[in-house]
Amino acid sequence: MTVPSTPRSTTPVARAPRVTGARRHRREDRAWRIGGRLATILPVVGFAFVMIVLAVKAWPAFRVSGLGFITHSAWQPGNTYGGTQRVHGVLIPQGATYGAWPMLLGTLQTSAIALLVALPISIGTAFALTERLPKWLSAPLGFFVEILAGVPSVIIGLWGVLVLGPFLSRDVYPIVANHLPNVPVLRYFRGSVGYGEGLLTSGLVLGLMIVPVIASTTRDLFLQVPPLPKEGALALGMTDAEVARRVTIPWVRSGIIGATVLGLGRALGETIAVAMVSGSVLGTVAPNVYGTMTTIAATIVTQLDSAATDGTGFAVATLAEAGLVLAIISVVVNLLARTIVRRAGRMAAPVGRA
Amino acid sequence: MSVVPASYPSTRWRRAKVGLFRAFTILALAFVIGPALWIIGGVVVKAVPGWRWNVLTTLSQGTSGGLENAIVGTLLLMLGVTVVAGSIGILTGIYLAEIAPPTRRGRSSGAVVRVVIDVLSGFPSIVLGYVGYVALVVGLHWGYSFLPAVLILSLMVIPYIAKATESALHQVPTSYREGAEALGMSLGYGLRKVVVRSALPGIVTGLLLALAIAGGETAPLLYTAGASNTLPSIAPLHHPVAYLTYYVWTDWNQPMASAHVVSYDASLILIVMVLTLLVVSRVIVARTQRHSESAR
Repeated sequence: MTVPSTPRSTTPVARAPRVTGARRHRREDRAWRIGGRLATILPVVGFAFVMIVLAVKAWPAFRVSGLGFITHSAWQPGNTYGGTQRVHGVLIPQGATYGAWPMLLGTLQTSAIALLVALPISIGTAFALTERLPKWLSAPLGFFVEILAGVPSVIIGLWGVLVLGPFLSRDVYPIVANHLPNVPVLRYFRGSVGYGEGLLTSGLVLGLMIVPVIASTTRDLFLQVPPLPKEGALALGMTDAEVARRVTIPWVRSGIIGATVLGLGRALGETIAVAMVSGSVLGTVAPNVYGTMTTIAATIVTQLDSAATDGTGFAVATLAEAGLVLAIISVVVNLLARTIVRRAGRMAAPVGRA
Repeated sequence: MSVVPASYPSTRWRRAKVGLFRAFTILALAFVIGPALWIIGGVVVKAVPGWRWNVLTTLSQGTSGGLENAIVGTLLLMLGVTVVAGSIGILTGIYLAEIAPPTRRGRSSGAVVRVVIDVLSGFPSIVLGYVGYVALVVGLHWGYSFLPAVLILSLMVIPYIAKATESALHQVPTSYREGAEALGMSLGYGLRKVVVRSALPGIVTGLLLALAIAGGETAPLLYTAGASNTLPSIAPLHHPVAYLTYYVWTDWNQPMASAHVVSYDASLILIVMVLTLLVVSRVIVARTQRHSESAR
């Protein structure tokens, strides 16, 4: 943000004493500009490098598996110590065949559950912190949102698998599973509840992890809603629940949607916590919401070790293909969120303070 | 005489909805505070019975022993991220907020950088870790070591630091820049002495939060930093670096009870580190807010 230079005055005034070291200042300016430009180029180069490496690494796997990669379910590393075969010019272990459908579905399912859980909690929390609670209480309580955002995902995973999962599968899931009627949708909540590692637990843990993303943005958005429309609505006789539903939320709706999509992006890419609580079972789709499964990100982190033992490199290439699918989904989701948030920002900005 | 339409909700129902709404907001907040306390409390409850202070000063033996190497390794990685991501991220933020020349339509240039930063900030960390593994660890023969780990972690947190820097700079009043220019300061001198200095608390806060994220990451480190039961070496290449999250991730489901203790101890140390960073950043924010309000 440079300030436009004012036209030089024509009336003769006392000349300011010449700044000593003007050359040094010019040099410093140039250093700032060049340094800044270099620094901004580096993340772009890094991102391009990541995408290129992924694409190059995934190319052999793409030639073998084709688009069927995302629709097939088999996950067979083949005989890594035996013979090899050549498929479409790529050397792969005998019998190796990979399909990412179960983990792709698992990624989408867990993220969907996470959104369903996180969105109401986030909006409720944002209301509690901005409108319901007195300031001396909301400031310290709001800190818990930051704590939740800061807890390392491996610790949330540890808690999920050691504490939350066993608790839910012992005390909560059986009640739900035994009392729901056998009708569409709810049918998926019946049946064996397992040991707490699986789709629903992963979704709940993910939901908890994206609550801070959505809640902190929503809280900031609510604070930007000018008081006059809210007061006007109250003066017209609306209750505070109606003000929330008819004034506050519509005022920042697209911002909330943007934050939610941002949270979705986080949920799609979350790795360690899901790897710990999903059960990490490859190649199968969970039969009900308690079933064990895996996601793309969790598969990469749990399988890369053993994939490296594939002498043909096909297993590592396959993980690159999986990573590329995840990366593309993530980029699309993030761009979508960005577009929505930007539009929301443009619409909200001129309104300003009433 | 007004006619109340039949569809108009009854007062009792509206009053009930107010109650439901208020209960819903408090319940939602409880679903944030409850799990946060539950997680921290759970770690403390599991770690404290087996806690020995010499964990901090003895080396790990994998599934038993101390965590000195992991603590030093995590701190070293955070230091590396501070240097690499801190300098690049802060410079990027300053460039985007202050230096980038405005385009003809009046918007600041650097649109591509902004898009990339937004995309990177939500990018799956394991994919970055995978690329670090195939390209740096294997491709460039760097081996599991310090440099690839720091580079990948930095790529991950640069967006956070850049965004925090940019928004901290946007909160500096324009009059500061005008004042600096009116006093005849050059752009760089004014940035250094006036603008960046008054945005410094916000920048430091962003940096601390990025460090908390970097220190708690596992996925990008597993295949770049490797694992080691010795103190990290000075060499940036070919020598694996130990870090705390590794021991949480590998030891929790080992059969030995000693491994569980290592896992819980590492969790507790991580939680303490993260909470310290959060509290410090919070204190910085609170202090500067108090100052800015008294200055007004």
